[in-house]
Amino acid sequence: MLPAERVQKATGLRLFWYTIWARAYPRIIGSTREKSWLFFETVLPLMGTASYVFVYRAIGAPEAYTGFVVLGGAMTAFWLNVLWAMASQLYWDKDGGNLELYVVSPGPLMAILLGMAVGGVLMTATRAVIILVVCSLLFNVSYQIASLPLLILIFVTTMAALYGMGMMFASVFLAAGREAWHISNLLQEPIYLASGFYFPVKAMGFWIATFASVIPLTLGLDAMRQLIFAGDPTLGFLSVEAELLILLVLSVVFIYGAIKMLAKLEEIGRREGRLIERRR
Amino acid sequence: MDTNLAIQTKDLGRVYRLRGPKRKGDAKQLVALDGVNLEVRRGELFGLLGPNGAGKTTIIKILATLLLPTSGSALVEDLDVTRDVQEIRRRISMVSGGETSGYGLLTVEENLWMFARFYGLDNVTARKRIDSLLEVVGIADRKRTKISDLSTGLRQKMNFVRGFISDPNVVFLDEPTLGLDVTAARDVRGFVKQWMHDHPDRTVLLTTHYMAEADELCDRLAIIDRGKLLACDSPHSLKHRLQQDAIFNLKVGPLGPRPSRDAMIEAVPGVRQATVVEQNGHTELNLILAQEDVLSDVLAHLTRRGSSLISLEKREPTLEDVFIDLVGRRLDVDTSHHAEGEHAAG
Repeated sequence: MLPAERVQKATGLRLFWYTIWARAYPRIIGSTREKSWLFFETVLPLMGTASYVFVYRAIGAPEAYTGFVVLGGAMTAFWLNVLWAMASQLYWDKDGGNLELYVVSPGPLMAILLGMAVGGVLMTATRAVIILVVCSLLFNVSYQIASLPLLILIFVTTMAALYGMGMMFASVFLAAGREAWHISNLLQEPIYLASGFYFPVKAMGFWIATFASVIPLTLGLDAMRQLIFAGDPTLGFLSVEAELLILLVLSVVFIYGAIKMLAKLEEIGRREGRLIERRR
Repeated sequence: MDTNLAIQTKDLGRVYRLRGPKRKGDAKQLVALDGVNLEVRRGELFGLLGPNGAGKTTIIKILATLLLPTSGSALVEDLDVTRDVQEIRRRISMVSGGETSGYGLLTVEENLWMFARFYGLDNVTARKRIDSLLEVVGIADRKRTKISDLSTGLRQKMNFVRGFISDPNVVFLDEPTLGLDVTAARDVRGFVKQWMHDHPDRTVLLTTHYMAEADELCDRLAIIDRGKLLACDSPHSLKHRLQQDAIFNLKVGPLGPRPSRDAMIEAVPGVRQATVVEQNGHTELNLILAQEDVLSDVLAHLTRRGSSLISLEKREPTLEDVFIDLVGRRLDVDTSHHAEGEHAAG
């Protein structure tokens, strides 16, 4: 038998690492090639955020609400990224012919999903920061951060849980057909409401807020608001520590779930021929 | 297990369950492969020749670990496609015709780099191989062009570089010249031949429905139709089977409808196979005759039906004739809609 290769090829962890960065690359470099995203992904959310700010000011809501809305508006970028560029991505890749090449290559599919996540977080963070800075300047938002290390920890954990969930969705969408599009559409707006993107989730009542906490942004946003606008802790749903603990659990559950579901759905895809079907 | 074999299938079968709304009587499944036995030797350029829907792509997808067989077994370099998936993926690569893979915002070089990394190539090796392979296929000057700006032919050349960049042992080429113009198709065939010449220990499995391509490239080929393997040999040997027959192309005046079996050209004794194509106000007949003197009976039959002879050509057998002899119809007839019955393929 011939050796597996004559050109030296990495295996194991090194291959995993190569694959992550190779798949992250198009996301990172892509945004520098298509500048139109600056308008669509910052100006449009900014307008949506502004409308809530004006509503709150018109009804005389506490000033902290302006900051709540601005932070929520910035975080919508991550939710959109998870839905449309993470969960549905393997469906688009299947349609475009990339999925077959990903599967045929020795690069692990999990590393490809992680690459999508890493690229997604990096690029979306830029967008979120732009929205945050512009809105803060426009609406004169003042921040009073209780603990910066804890804030960073909450943000990182929220991202791990959120993108872990995105990877799990992506695994499900691996076997999905056109319904992937509808599922993403279905999840977009209701989560804005249930997760309290533009108001404290506590206002939804205990049970809805608890149910919505399955989406990591719900608790992540709530904890970040408590830490950033330290003046009004009564608006928080749970304590920051409890929310951090739940987010840690969600991260583990979603990432483990993604690994298991990816393997299972790849096998189903191979058995049912779903990896090779095209919409066109 | 014969270690000289790069690919081996035994009674390979694949049935697709048909999804979507069905009316009463519609088929619930589609037999894409039905007991295919195939042996491809290491170092061979082996072709699968068959019409659209014959099952060629299904074989490739199974061997490339994208699809599981529903029966039988398939080995690539002694590795089982159902069990040794990861190890097989390290050794193979696949290029399909009409492929639109990659990301349009990336340049040719960036796309190739991305795929090279998926195969574990380090940065330096990846860039070296990208440069040298782009040079070989003649698109080195397009290295920094975004792939959304490439023509179909240039894109397919880039796909070829992607397929060969990982230095694979076994390459699956699925209709690699589909949709290409004559020049680009010739370049692609030239690349494959040169690569096989330079790497005599590697194996290529090529599917095509272009006879000339199969004839030009393949050491051996299998003719496949409706999921079944009908013949397997070298192009020369396959054509040699028809050496005793007389093969004629006739262009005659319009034949019009054939009201009865007796009115059909196939009814003339000694006509082994005939294909009839009406086009541009005349009829083209492709005849395989048991003996040359059957031709006079054919001409008499045509005269009786009021058709006049425009031209006549006796020629050597081609792979198309072999296909017609085996199947009874031309190679360019799409059989992928045959699912209404119970056979067809992807």
